Amino acid sequence: MATSPPEPGGPPAGAAPRERDAAGLGRLGATAFVVPALLLIAAFLVFPALWTIYLGATDYRLTGLAAVDPQFVGAENVERALDDDGFTNSLGLTLQFVLGSAVIGQAGLGFAIAWVLRDRRGFGRRLIEAMVLLAWILPSSVIAFLWIALLDRDDGTLNALLSTPGTAWLLEHPMLSLIVFNIWRGTAFSMMLYAAALGNVPPSQLETARLAGASSWQQLRDVVFPRIRGHVLTNLLLISLWTFNDFTPFLLTGGGPEDRTEIMPVFIYETALFGGELGFGAAISVLMLLINLVIAVVYARLLRRRKDVDR
Amino acid sequence: MADLTLAALTKVYPGGVRALDSVELTVADGEFFALLGPSGCGKTTLLRTLAGLETATSGAVLLGGTDVTAVPPGRRDVAMVFQDYALFPHMTVTDNIAYPLRIRKVPGRERRERAADTAAELGLGDHLGRRPDQLSGGQQQRVALARAMACHPRAFLFDEPLSNLDARMRLEARTFLKRLQRELGVTTVFVTHDQAEALALADRIAVMEQGRIRQLGTPAEVFRRPANTFVASFIGSTPMNLLPGTAEGGAVRVADTALPTPEGLALAEGEKLTYGIRPEYLTFHQEPVAGALAGEVRVVENLGSSQLVTLEGPAGEVRVVVDEDTALAPGTAGHALPRADRALVYRDGELLGPPGYETPATGTRTP
Repeated sequence: MATSPPEPGGPPAGAAPRERDAAGLGRLGATAFVVPALLLIAAFLVFPALWTIYLGATDYRLTGLAAVDPQFVGAENVERALDDDGFTNSLGLTLQFVLGSAVIGQAGLGFAIAWVLRDRRGFGRRLIEAMVLLAWILPSSVIAFLWIALLDRDDGTLNALLSTPGTAWLLEHPMLSLIVFNIWRGTAFSMMLYAAALGNVPPSQLETARLAGASSWQQLRDVVFPRIRGHVLTNLLLISLWTFNDFTPFLLTGGGPEDRTEIMPVFIYETALFGGELGFGAAISVLMLLINLVIAVVYARLLRRRKDVDR
Repeated sequence: MADLTLAALTKVYPGGVRALDSVELTVADGEFFALLGPSGCGKTTLLRTLAGLETATSGAVLLGGTDVTAVPPGRRDVAMVFQDYALFPHMTVTDNIAYPLRIRKVPGRERRERAADTAAELGLGDHLGRRPDQLSGGQQQRVALARAMACHPRAFLFDEPLSNLDARMRLEARTFLKRLQRELGVTTVFVTHDQAEALALADRIAVMEQGRIRQLGTPAEVFRRPANTFVASFIGSTPMNLLPGTAEGGAVRVADTALPTPEGLALAEGEKLTYGIRPEYLTFHQEPVAGALAGEVRVVENLGSSQLVTLEGPAGEVRVVVDEDTALAPGTAGHALPRADRALVYRDGELLGPPGYETPATGTRTP
């Protein structure tokens, strides 16, 4: 950009336009840099999403006549889903799964571990962190196999430990098993996030509370939680969404027995690929996307309210 | 309100660091007491052990005559003000001040009234509804003080109370703290690394080094008669001149000058000694004087109403405080004459006193 030399003492000429174009690329150059990324996002995110919405409004099937020539049916799929017992059952199970394993289980256990370990250093802490992290980094298929072996009816490790031979955990308590499984699997993230958050709580504030005679619970309520509220909300948002969309339970139970673990992603998979109803499955996917959006908006609202209060 | 006693208090951290080494100390009821020392000397550990935030490895802490060594911090009835004030950012001034009362289940109305009263005493009456980040540093400190005062503890513990304030506020807050402590009459122990702060505020000072108390005394005692070369070099805004010398005919010979000594010292002829004299107690002469240290003016530092002159001569570097009217230029010759009654003589790092003089290390409180 051509600018006249700034006059001494006066504001430099051309300062305002330069501020708007900090990198000095010009409109064309900047566009050229952004376009490839936008194209990738369009091709792999926006287009599939729009395509799913379109599919959800057709009677598209995996096989048969409708596979060749899908007909536009409008909101019929959505109406059908909302009337479908399978859908409402699946939604209820998903909520159980998210609340039980993520919001209560992972966040609660993760915070508890982080709180207990907050002052510890050395081998014990590293060992516990390593164990928790290991559950997080192992591939789902490996983990599914380990848990099937753990919960097996005949030679399962759990039955051997509890001396309860013949208990088929995945058949008798399928949702409970999945919730425990997912707590074990996903606690690491919450633990690490809360450990970092607790590091931000000034020790002097905790000590002030202790000197005033505050119990551990009062210290948590008055000093720790107000301080890490933002971390808690961010953590809950992320793990809720991840758990909502998690497909790993399918590897353990396949949705059974009798649809008792058919959480939303599994339900869609069964409907669209085994049932062959791609259009119906796509419509449910869109509904699921909307539920995710609602969750995200609720958390975002809570986070924003916190900032307003802070101000 | 209560007196404080430490009996053979020892604190060894895991890993073997001996932060406190059998410290014996008594702080009288209502006394304003300073723990002074360089960083890592154990002063903060001592304060935290008094508060109960650290547990002593051995020894005992007595508060008002009762052993509180094993009593948790919340039941010791002491209040601590931290260096960063530790105000709760999500609470208003009122809620912050009333927090200890809330933990003690004082009814809401009463605790708000008491918080408002305490705040008014400290000039915070107009800020009750504000949050800590809307207050200046000095106001934040007063909120922390008010929180400590609100539940009428038996002792106050201050950790570096002035170090988070800017230089101007610090002087103001120093005077304020001293007056407040006088008015409340509550036993107060504070930690500082700033010798000027300790001298200005405290009734008595314990100078610490490596977990031990090196000298205990009033500010005047500690300033005038540092018990050892460590205290001598630590106390005073301009460090004391400590010159190696030998005893010769009742005087101390440093380089080729025989320096005057205070009366009544028994010096063995020829022994190695350290001669200590504060820059303030040397008089500067441009002409040679008997018993004066000669040297060349190397550095002149303006201190406002005086100047600090560094002379370099056969005795090494000697610092002298010279009044503002003397015109001085680096490179000229100068002579520094010690005041005999203010000179201190150290043998093996320990102060030599005239016979019968009470050794300063056990100095008692003079009101």
